[in-house]
Amino acid sequence: MGSWLDYTINGLIIGNIYALVAVGLALIFGVSNLINFAQGSVYAVGAYIGWTCFTYLHTPLAVTALIVVVACAGLGVAIERIGLRPLAGAARIAPLLATIGISLVLDQLLQIVFTPDPRALTSPLPNWRISVGGGTIGALDLLIAATGIVSAAVLYGFLRFTKLGWAVRATAQDRDAARQMGVNTDAVNMTVFAIASALGGLSGLLVGMYFNHIDPAMGFQATLKGVVAQVIGGMGNVPGAIFGSLLLGLTESYGVAIFGSSYRNLFSFALLLLILVLRPNGLFASARSTPPEPMTGSFVTPNRPVRVPRWAIVAAVVIAAAVPLIPAIPYVLQVLTNAWLFAMLAISLTLVAGTLGQISLGHASLLLIGAYASALFALDSHWPVWASIPAAGIVTALLGTALIAPSFRLRSHYVSIATLGIGEIVGLVILNWESLTRGPMGVTNIPPLQVGNIELDNPRAAYWITLGILVLLAMMQTRLLRSHLGRIFRAIRDDDVAARAHGISLGRYKAIAFAFGGFAAGISGGIAAHQYSYINNETFTSTVSISALTMVILGGMGNVLGAILGAVALTALPEMFRGTAEYRMLIYGVALLLLVRFRPQGILGTT
Amino acid sequence: MTDLLECRAVTRRFGGVIAVKPIDLTLREGEFLSIIGPNGAGKTTLFNLISGHDVPDDGTIVLEGVAIAGRAPERIAAMGLARTFQHGRVFANMSVRDNILVGAHHRLRAVKPRLPGLGALAELAMALIRPPAVAAEEAALNHEVLEIAALFGDRLTPRLDQPAHSLSYANRRRVEIARALALRPRLLLLDEPTAGMNETETAEMQSIIGGLKARGQTILLIEHKLDLVMRLSDRVIAMDDGAKIAEGPPHTVRQSPAVIEAYLGHRAMGEAAL
Repeated sequence: MGSWLDYTINGLIIGNIYALVAVGLALIFGVSNLINFAQGSVYAVGAYIGWTCFTYLHTPLAVTALIVVVACAGLGVAIERIGLRPLAGAARIAPLLATIGISLVLDQLLQIVFTPDPRALTSPLPNWRISVGGGTIGALDLLIAATGIVSAAVLYGFLRFTKLGWAVRATAQDRDAARQMGVNTDAVNMTVFAIASALGGLSGLLVGMYFNHIDPAMGFQATLKGVVAQVIGGMGNVPGAIFGSLLLGLTESYGVAIFGSSYRNLFSFALLLLILVLRPNGLFASARSTPPEPMTGSFVTPNRPVRVPRWAIVAAVVIAAAVPLIPAIPYVLQVLTNAWLFAMLAISLTLVAGTLGQISLGHASLLLIGAYASALFALDSHWPVWASIPAAGIVTALLGTALIAPSFRLRSHYVSIATLGIGEIVGLVILNWESLTRGPMGVTNIPPLQVGNIELDNPRAAYWITLGILVLLAMMQTRLLRSHLGRIFRAIRDDDVAARAHGISLGRYKAIAFAFGGFAAGISGGIAAHQYSYINNETFTSTVSISALTMVILGGMGNVLGAILGAVALTALPEMFRGTAEYRMLIYGVALLLLVRFRPQGILGTT
Repeated sequence: MTDLLECRAVTRRFGGVIAVKPIDLTLREGEFLSIIGPNGAGKTTLFNLISGHDVPDDGTIVLEGVAIAGRAPERIAAMGLARTFQHGRVFANMSVRDNILVGAHHRLRAVKPRLPGLGALAELAMALIRPPAVAAEEAALNHEVLEIAALFGDRLTPRLDQPAHSLSYANRRRVEIARALALRPRLLLLDEPTAGMNETETAEMQSIIGGLKARGQTILLIEHKLDLVMRLSDRVIAMDDGAKIAEGPPHTVRQSPAVIEAYLGHRAMGEAAL
């Protein structure tokens, strides 16, 4: 019994930590219907500011906390000003994409300034502990719990009893009406972002102290957990976010108790999907109530797409095919081969996110599935590579579609959250299913590309094969878009209610699109596996998903040529600045921000 | 004539509010029935219940002998029910032509082979291969689009390749009706087709709807413009506060004291206005 008490207490403490992030997310969602993906980054910034204060200024905890709160509140104001306000009239998903861009920029800046190495953030609190059951509670545990309770209480008082709090609540309910009544909704937004970011930064400091460990990647994990907690409690519901965080903490803690610590995150994301499928409006919403707002999730800006003449496309393919004939540029070939692989992922994503309007944030998991499928077919079933790669495409199409299928009835933001969760789950299952995937060791000695006895392990052959397959996939997708399916996908994107009213079954057509997209992504992953010869569960992470999304937006959502162009631009351009590998994601983040703000239709236009 | 649509004691509650109180409604083949009533009377909610966009808490809805309450809207559409939406829901980023073609979705045959379990895969293959039968079907539908567009004079025909978001509000309403007609509906539900139209446009719409009626189209109409309702309807139902307050021939309903009161809340003023 004693150990269960320990796991319960531990779960509540972890849950309380999540709550500090989740409450900030809930506040922002409540007021502006936005999932602030930069919330976790602010939390990481808070931790690093705290570390800097402790290390260089030797400030006491109270002063450090105050500095963190003020600095992060300022950061929150800046995020609101850059990420949200200029996008007031844009598509609903635009601010979300902007916060993803901001989060990339912040995380990357942290990495550049403080290096990717983790650091110790030692708690200056006295080191006494009280025994409870078989375990103990320390001063820091109490401080974290107290911070959670006090900030919830202060927040409640603020929302309930102050004039600005009323304005926040009014804005949350109806922004336009609030504005009509003279509420300065910009000021309200700014206040909310300041509060949420201050909370986020403070929790980063406390969590860093709790684990005595901070690193620049901590932000993304925090955002994920905060989002999961929020979905459990209902988006935008502050008490729900606290409850959801505690439930999440407990679930994880018990899960770890039963299955071991590598299952912690698997439990969170499984819980996320369960809630999304069963009660997408959270545990507190009544089952039949409709989603809070009929959000259209598509990020399609009315525009006229650029018409690229056929001869120009043919010429581009011919030039691309001729590149290997130029002697002595193996490095360029390597970069471009990589670009073609990314382009396959991008055309897959542009179909799902652009044409069908389901913004997937977990598309890299399809690469993982494809890579593992092809590698394991080749190694364990001794299939020739020319058979294992198409088989990997089919496996990815089937598995990817099966994974997303339960979430087909979700819309907009919820699709993005679900795909994000599924993406994480795929990586975690690969990590934990050792008998099949070799677990954290990864798969080594994957045979190179070959047909029959002809080894195609030279850069030229790999280049031509990849380019050839890409051209084939792109032509198939273009043909698909010109068929009745292209019409149906766009109808679902533009208005799924009206589409259903005309007999279109959403599940069937979403499945077709995801399967087709999954096939292309699986092929890309399969080829990559044979080129890299080694893969593990972190070969393609969520960063790759976000990169692909940036490429797709750069090219123009739904635009096949645009996706290829975006992939080439964002793969090749960063290579031109040599020795700046760590700036790559920074470039992506800035590109995403600028695109969403200034050219949402991308280079070639959305279709 | 047989009953095409039959609603019995259909009810819909939202929390404490009863949006549709137990209501009965029958519609015969070829009949033109209008539903009138002030804003918030529950007309559109009733439409949503019939078209499957909402599920009644109680009661039965029978379309051509089949109970449809609670069925998914796409399945009801496939049975031959088409509807338009009160605020207009065109596919904004698609051309007028594609908008209308979507309406014909459930009539696609060649491209949707009937293979149990593998239907979706076969449909994908057909779309990619595009055999002659599929191409012919697509061409026939494209031809039909021209015919449907021609019903609206020269309002839509010159704009078939323009994206719907570039159209005027009135034209978007026309596209919606054209799209619904492409379904070749057994029953057509029109939700305020003339909302936001000026007098000329309303008169034009009236003659288009009149034309549909003349060719035997069964129509259930929600409309505020009483003039149009009086001229076209075989029968009128008046609703107020979720309940049916009058039913019968247009002129009887128009003069019903309950209707006049519901519209303006004051009998004398109501008579003056009507």
